[in-house]
Amino acid sequence: MIQVEHLSKHFGAVKAVDDISFEVKEHENLILLGTSGCGKTTTLKMLNRLIEPTSGGIRINGEDVLKQKPEELRRGIGYVLQNTGLFPHYTIAENIAIVPQLLKWDNKRIENRTAELIEKLHLSTDQLKAYPNELSGGQQQRAGLARALVADPPILLMDEPFGALDTITRSKIQAEFKELDELKKKTIIMVTHDVQEAFTLGDRICLMDKGKIIQIGTPAELLFKPAHDFVKDFLKEQRLQLEFKAVKAPQPPEGGAFELDGAIITADVSLWWLLEQLKFTKAERISVLDHEHKKVGSLGFDDLMSAFYQYQSHSAHE
Amino acid sequence: MNEQQQTLWQFMSQQSDKLLMQTLQHIGLTFISLIIAVIIGLPLGIWITRKKQFSGIILGIAGVLQTIPSIALLGFMIPLLGIGVKPAIVALLLYALLPIIRNTFTGIDGVDASVKEAATGMGMSKWQVLSKVELPLAMPVILAGIRTATVINVGVATLASYIAAGGLGEFIFGGISLNNTNMILAGAIPAALLAIIFDFLLSRVQKLNFKKIKTATAALPVLLIIMASFYFIPSAYGSKLIAGFTPEFMGRQDGNLGLRSKYGLKINPVVISDAVMYKAAYEKQLDVISGYSTDGRLKAYNLVVLDDDKKIFPPYYAAPIVREDALRRFPDLEQTLNLLSGEINDVVMTELNYRTDYLHQSPERVAEDFLRSKSLLKPARGGNAGVVRIGSKIFGEQYILANIYSLLIKGYTDHDVSTKTGLGGTNICFGAMENNQIDLYPEYTGTGLLAILHPPAKIVDALIADKDKTYDYVAKEFEKKYNIKWLKPIGFNNAYALMMREKKARQLNIKTISDLKRYLESKN
Repeated sequence: MIQVEHLSKHFGAVKAVDDISFEVKEHENLILLGTSGCGKTTTLKMLNRLIEPTSGGIRINGEDVLKQKPEELRRGIGYVLQNTGLFPHYTIAENIAIVPQLLKWDNKRIENRTAELIEKLHLSTDQLKAYPNELSGGQQQRAGLARALVADPPILLMDEPFGALDTITRSKIQAEFKELDELKKKTIIMVTHDVQEAFTLGDRICLMDKGKIIQIGTPAELLFKPAHDFVKDFLKEQRLQLEFKAVKAPQPPEGGAFELDGAIITADVSLWWLLEQLKFTKAERISVLDHEHKKVGSLGFDDLMSAFYQYQSHSAHE
Repeated sequence: MNEQQQTLWQFMSQQSDKLLMQTLQHIGLTFISLIIAVIIGLPLGIWITRKKQFSGIILGIAGVLQTIPSIALLGFMIPLLGIGVKPAIVALLLYALLPIIRNTFTGIDGVDASVKEAATGMGMSKWQVLSKVELPLAMPVILAGIRTATVINVGVATLASYIAAGGLGEFIFGGISLNNTNMILAGAIPAALLAIIFDFLLSRVQKLNFKKIKTATAALPVLLIIMASFYFIPSAYGSKLIAGFTPEFMGRQDGNLGLRSKYGLKINPVVISDAVMYKAAYEKQLDVISGYSTDGRLKAYNLVVLDDDKKIFPPYYAAPIVREDALRRFPDLEQTLNLLSGEINDVVMTELNYRTDYLHQSPERVAEDFLRSKSLLKPARGGNAGVVRIGSKIFGEQYILANIYSLLIKGYTDHDVSTKTGLGGTNICFGAMENNQIDLYPEYTGTGLLAILHPPAKIVDALIADKDKTYDYVAKEFEKKYNIKWLKPIGFNNAYALMMREKKARQLNIKTISDLKRYLESKN
């Protein structure tokens, strides 16, 4: 869906982004990971032309981005910033309505869409009339997300969207984020420096350093098949936790899901995720459901741990 | 205290028409210039946020403009824009520019970068980012700039009266010249109130929340334009000849009041500062002005004095005044000083003033040339029989006279001379003499009478028309009161006078003030 080819950005003599190429598939969640100054944010901002590339090409659905009018391009791409970038002089409702108004939607349509979104994002109708500074950090971030999603753009660019939140709020919003239907249909490119976040949210991770891509691949590939010592070093400190996150849960039958305390959990989750759910609910076992949501088995703590060790020894021998 | 308040109140109610007119003019001037300043300053402020490399230069220029003394700025404007409302507005708007440009720049520059980025990232055009995000968010800061500019303008607009643009300055500067406290307060209190009221109102606008500030920003231009139009309510002057008088002349019995009561002259003058009046007459901005009869600019600008045929201007004959003890100490001093008696008439004095004031020759040189032309110059004897201390007030004519006396004393006696020139006004100069810090200085009979002796009005009326009676009176009284002697008059009379451009006067055949009155009343 998105093709980046030999993309470079030089600021004077500094090569902020140095000849990188990658591809993002439809509905994929690609994380640009790296320390500050590695070029990840510059890369992201070139995608919606907030920064113009020095050389190279970007194509979205085969169309050359650099030949489009920047304003029109941006209206079709959702953009979420670390500090939300909500307009302080607009109410939450007005903030959410910015892009629809640029697209000249009628008021009824804007209202309906806003009502739909705030319910999904757990915001209240009262908060629509509030100004951003009257909301908590978490609520502001939700409003920022609503603003990016309102016009239903197929692509979402996120620049450290959870960076300004405290740890507890962050993991809560990350969990919601993962479960949100709206987002599952999106192609998302997210910038972060937080390794845990990258492993929690990313389908694939693109690890960058000094303007270059060091490795691009699934979390498991980065952990178990590092292409470079840099990758190993980068992940070293939190390795064990990351491994749990990188390993998928033992899969239920095709079309199935998990169930815990009456809540359905999608099949596509990590071991870490299931372990955390077990811990929070204090339940003994997770039910495994088939495609008709009939219980076909169950998983306990021991099952999850053995699945992990199996995966680990399997990839070590590979 | 009570009496003072009452009389101020009386003065204000007595002059309520004038006060209202001046207040409206003042508000009008303030806001016309403010609107233009916003129209220029706002886009300029926005532009330098886009082209940061120019911000230093633009803010620097605006800053320098603000440091130019207002009177000087008004002076520069006259050759370009004449006198009256145009140069006043230009000067005011130049002062208002800095706060507006600077605050626009600071306000827009200070808008949270992530908000601007979000706006761009969502697909807003540059214009939309400016109008929907940057300007609204910068508005409190921009309004603070406009508020500062308004208060500055209310203050500087008082100076507009210097160049005949009206406003409350007419009362303030008239009052200062005439030492009339009520008049000063009648101008100063409304001016201060205007500043306070506008400051307060704009501070309220600034504190409105974002929702209301939108409405306020829309309403503000309308309000400004209404305020600005106040200037045009008072009707303009409608006389065949345009007269410009100094604020002092406007309020004096031996000035405009006398012209009205004794001559019946109805000329409806504009009020203007002495500093720019002569030039304005020369540049045909004014036809009749009030001036001093020996002013060097008379010659420089080719002006003629109209004869005061009904004698309303008191005589200001110049003569050296000397401490009696000095005359005793230096027996040959009196006859030396009297060498100058009768040597300088009005025309000669005007010529000498012209050379210092306009040709910028030094007073020493002018004095020397003059004495040489009269064959009075003698080389200095270099004697050391005591030092004569000569004083002078702080204007050209006095410097010249002090230098002439100095040369005479050095050439004709064995005394040495020390000069203390530039002793401010009459009070300072005369005070120095009373305190035995100077021995002599040139004084004028009218000044001696009105500014030093302050006799009752009856005596003034009886004396004023006659130059000899005035001289005799001041000579006698100074002797009695201060032990100071008036020597023989030098010959010229530096009195108030009405003057016109020579060509214009000749064209209209106006030689006297009565001629002027007849001309004004003809063909009406």
